[in-house]
Amino acid sequence: MNNYLLPLASLIGAALVIVLLVVYQRSSLATSTGFGRFLRRNGIVVSCYLILSLIGWLFFMIILPQLYMVDFSFSQNLPPSKIGGPEDVYTTQNYEYLLFGPQGGEESFNWLHLKIFLRTIIAAVVVTIIDLAICYPVAYYMAQVASSGRLRLLALCLLLPFWVNEILRAFAFRILFGSGGVMNSVLMWLGLTDQPVDFIRADVALYSGLSYAYLLLMIFPLYNAIESLDHNQIEAAKDLGCSWWRVHFEVVMPFAKPGIASGSTMVFMLSCGALAAPQILGGPSSLWFTQIIYQWFNTGGNWPQGAAYAFVLLLVCIIFVMAVMKLFKVSFGEIVK
Amino acid sequence: MTSVTQIAQPSGKAKVGFQLKSTHIRQFMMAFYLLLFFAYLFGPLLMMSATAFNDNAYPQVTPWGGFTLKWFKELLNDGFMIEGFINSLIIGVGVICMSIPFGLAGALMLNQVHHRVRGIYYVIVLSPILTPGLIIGISTLVFWDWMGMMLDADFESPFYNGIWLTILGQATFISSYTMLIFLARLQRFDTTLEEAALDLGATRNQVFWQILVPYLKPALISAAVLAFLTSFENYNTTVFTIQAESTLTTVLAAKVRLGITPAVSALAVLIIGLTLIGATVHEVLRRREKKMVNVT
Repeated sequence: MNNYLLPLASLIGAALVIVLLVVYQRSSLATSTGFGRFLRRNGIVVSCYLILSLIGWLFFMIILPQLYMVDFSFSQNLPPSKIGGPEDVYTTQNYEYLLFGPQGGEESFNWLHLKIFLRTIIAAVVVTIIDLAICYPVAYYMAQVASSGRLRLLALCLLLPFWVNEILRAFAFRILFGSGGVMNSVLMWLGLTDQPVDFIRADVALYSGLSYAYLLLMIFPLYNAIESLDHNQIEAAKDLGCSWWRVHFEVVMPFAKPGIASGSTMVFMLSCGALAAPQILGGPSSLWFTQIIYQWFNTGGNWPQGAAYAFVLLLVCIIFVMAVMKLFKVSFGEIVK
Repeated sequence: MTSVTQIAQPSGKAKVGFQLKSTHIRQFMMAFYLLLFFAYLFGPLLMMSATAFNDNAYPQVTPWGGFTLKWFKELLNDGFMIEGFINSLIIGVGVICMSIPFGLAGALMLNQVHHRVRGIYYVIVLSPILTPGLIIGISTLVFWDWMGMMLDADFESPFYNGIWLTILGQATFISSYTMLIFLARLQRFDTTLEEAALDLGATRNQVFWQILVPYLKPALISAAVLAFLTSFENYNTTVFTIQAESTLTTVLAAKVRLGITPAVSALAVLIIGLTLIGATVHEVLRRREKKMVNVT
């Protein structure tokens, strides 16, 4: 296997040169090639910096690791001494394991993992919807109602918790919802319950912790979208006799579509890829799909298996982004902004 | 509230009266909602901070066992945490050193790539933002592990070193963040400045260092702050790439999973304090930059 590193490297080099050759062909200088123009435009030193950075980042950090992870997920879990040997052939067994479980197992499908997988996706959708519902009024208030002074204060208040470590935010919810936590003390003081409620086991802590963690990624895209809506449109709708909820559903929300798409995508991605919150807040009987991936890499000691699971997760995310782009008719650039 | 408006429909006079009232109700509801929202936002953090000072073996607010600072002392004697903290600092600096040049190169190239590949280029360089962190961690880990094997690297080499791998993994997506910051600033860049400098005989190199870089300075600073803070709190990518080493976040996660102690709350108070300072600096710089734009 050692011998295909060189061809690979030269392939990258060639690909990059081709990209650069097509760089800036729109130039009016018909005499020079695209690359010459690129060199002239940036100077030699800066050109070298740009090319080296792109090789480093684009190829060795983004594209190649992702491609290799896919390749790796089709390989077998072999000790280092056997890698490159006759047993090192491609296999789909890592994916089959997710669907059917261990070979010769009792059940025909790997229900344990499939259920966790589906539960994770559904829970991520639920968290996304909760966040959308919680954040919409706040974003609307900030964008259309609040004065500029109050807006600045609100934005700062929103930003601060976001900078607190993810683990600590989850820890805070664990304290809040623990059996001796404030939530239970309040409930018992109100007389609503005699015994502490096990919020952790009921996944209440997990859902509220996850919603909390990604609130901001919903609010800011929503705010940006609603902010660009001319307030006169809302006034006009009101003057024409629109009730307040129709103003929202028929004027503001359709206008805020790109923001809703962007926020939902970010929240969905982050919650189905979350690892810390489920580890800290998840109930003992419920696992998150990412926790299984983590187990394959640690205690499970089967990296190719873990890579296969990770790739399935990535596929779900890609499908989700494409679906959102199609459904809301927005471009990739609008989502990332 | 819907029902109030609907009941109000029949008579004209009553409608006006009711609508006035309903706007008041709505304003009141909005204020109440905002209050609830910010209680949700800050409540858990405040509660956690309170437990750091409570003399109770378990991190709880009630029963209040009296004010104590012993959890902070316990924290300072924790060697693992200190080691993790130092590693986090090293990684943060490494990520800054990588993601700033990469993000800048990515931003500068966007306008120079042929327009037909520009769309795909944009998707590729920003895709790390939308890729779950653990997938970036896994792909970095398996790829460099393989590279190390291909090159017959020594086990002590950077290919297998948790700190190096973590810097690489984190810089993959943090470079995309910094790139967005640079793009936002470059959009307002006046290219005639560059042309003027060239006409006056400056070399390309001089233009880069004496026109472009000073112009980008605010963006460079805020990108560095953002990169450091993001790196410092990252868990999902780090937990896969860190291997035998540890960062503050992974030490913390291990502690919280094993059993919770108020010492973690004490650390939370320290980190909240530090991040408050960091975020305020970031915010002030951003403001100042905005003001400068408004002036020019």
